[in-house]
Amino acid sequence: MLDQLQKLGATALGVAERLGRGHLFLWHVLGGFPALLPRFGMVITQLFSVGVLSLLIIAVSGLFVGMVLALQGYNTLVDFGATESLGVMVALALVRELGPVVGGLLFAGRAGSALTAEIGLMKATEQLSAMEMMAVDPLHRVVAPRFMAGILAMPLLAAIFSALGVIGGYFVAVGLLGVDEGAFWSQMQAKVDLYEDILNGVIKSIVFGFVVTWIAVFEGYDAVPTSEGVSRATTNTVVHGSLAVLGLDFILTALMFG
Amino acid sequence: MTNPDTKTERYESAGEPVDEPLVQIRDLVYCRGERTIFDGMDINIARGKLTAIMGPSGTGKTTLLRLIGGQLRPDAGTVHVDGQSVPELGYRPLYELRKRMGMLFQNGALLTDLNVFDNVAFPLREHTQLNETMIRDLVLMKLHAVGLRGARDLMPSELSGGMARRVALARAIALDPMMIMYDEPFTGQDPISMGVLVSLLRTLTDALGLTSVVVSHDVQESLSIADYVYVISAGKVVEHGSPDDLRQSQSSWVQQFIQGKRDGPVPFHFPATDYADDLFGGGS
Repeated sequence: MLDQLQKLGATALGVAERLGRGHLFLWHVLGGFPALLPRFGMVITQLFSVGVLSLLIIAVSGLFVGMVLALQGYNTLVDFGATESLGVMVALALVRELGPVVGGLLFAGRAGSALTAEIGLMKATEQLSAMEMMAVDPLHRVVAPRFMAGILAMPLLAAIFSALGVIGGYFVAVGLLGVDEGAFWSQMQAKVDLYEDILNGVIKSIVFGFVVTWIAVFEGYDAVPTSEGVSRATTNTVVHGSLAVLGLDFILTALMFG
Repeated sequence: MTNPDTKTERYESAGEPVDEPLVQIRDLVYCRGERTIFDGMDINIARGKLTAIMGPSGTGKTTLLRLIGGQLRPDAGTVHVDGQSVPELGYRPLYELRKRMGMLFQNGALLTDLNVFDNVAFPLREHTQLNETMIRDLVLMKLHAVGLRGARDLMPSELSGGMARRVALARAIALDPMMIMYDEPFTGQDPISMGVLVSLLRTLTDALGLTSVVVSHDVQESLSIADYVYVISAGKVVEHGSPDDLRQSQSSWVQQFIQGKRDGPVPFHFPATDYADDLFGGGS
């Protein structure tokens, strides 16, 4: 019994210590943001690997999620003779929830894991130590540009996810199921609010981008510098990042729409 | 045996002032978890000389370099570099000091997303306002010094281990530092690469007036180029002096170490129960 309590206490202390280190790390990285402005090229380079290289999975997923939403929504709405509302249903589901949330989950899996592995391997091969010894702070030179790129990329990726989802929904609803095209678009235009729906979705995606990228870069920087350590850190990024997205989504939804 | 502290005396017999050591380590204590890595160690690194720090694997030689570079903090004792107490330096003064120090890591630690030229140019671009023409000239000069001017466009993955270390050496001297620390520079090298590196270390130290600290357990190579040698084991300095002093050491431990004898004060066998009992005892 005492052993169990001791283990529980040690685990709790370990988690608290890691959280503390994570926050100090964040503080130090954010301190490097002003120095990035005159060297924004470094952020652009990272935007390519974090954002552009994630486009394919985001675009394809968005398209299919929108198509499935339209199929499922039609089956429900047709019983009530409300198939003209299919466009609104698809758009609201994507903009408010699925764009930021599924986009965030995919972002954690694709870009987050890549960030962790890259930084973890740089640590394992002593590249970060070498930078420190060259009087170059790796938190500012390596982590900060990737962090900023992640925060910038996530809302754009979520927007692309939602836009392609709406297009996928349109193809299925209008092209396959025969929903009236005018009703599909006009109802969407009338019911989807710029601030209430779209802006709240954008805020969600910024928060998810911030948290997932924070977890990814911290896990990489804090990884045990061995192949096993980097592997574990990469797994942690996907698991913790995904759980953070889902948990924060509930909190943000309650605050925004509750 | 020469006491290194005699080299810290302020004046030679002729009355000429002698520089203080560039690095002074006093009563250094450093623990990792329950294990004591250094237990009251004193070391002086003389300016403009090549000092070798040798010892068996796992004695904390690399840790010592990290303590000198301020990447680790000692539990007790002092580490002074050029008169500055490294553990007490704040963020900015420490980074300013590091601009005057170079370090060659065991595997080179080249930035894998940059080619050879950009790796050597990296510290120049980070710390100077030089234009690209000037940077190009400086990089080519540094690469020429290590014999790799022709490899400027190669990526780190295309280099052999020896070439990677030479590129890292060119990068380490890019800012013309006062001191370079070498972490196991000869490990895993073929005879030609080894010969090249041994010669480079000595030549650069002399030509650039550098202070060099070589951490190594490659005894013959280190003794062939060092001005002064420390042998450390079990957290303490067990012997120090010139390479000749070391070769004539009366310590059987030092003799076993420098001659690479299989058995001696350091036994070949890890402590264990009786061999026959172990084989025929049938126990767990």
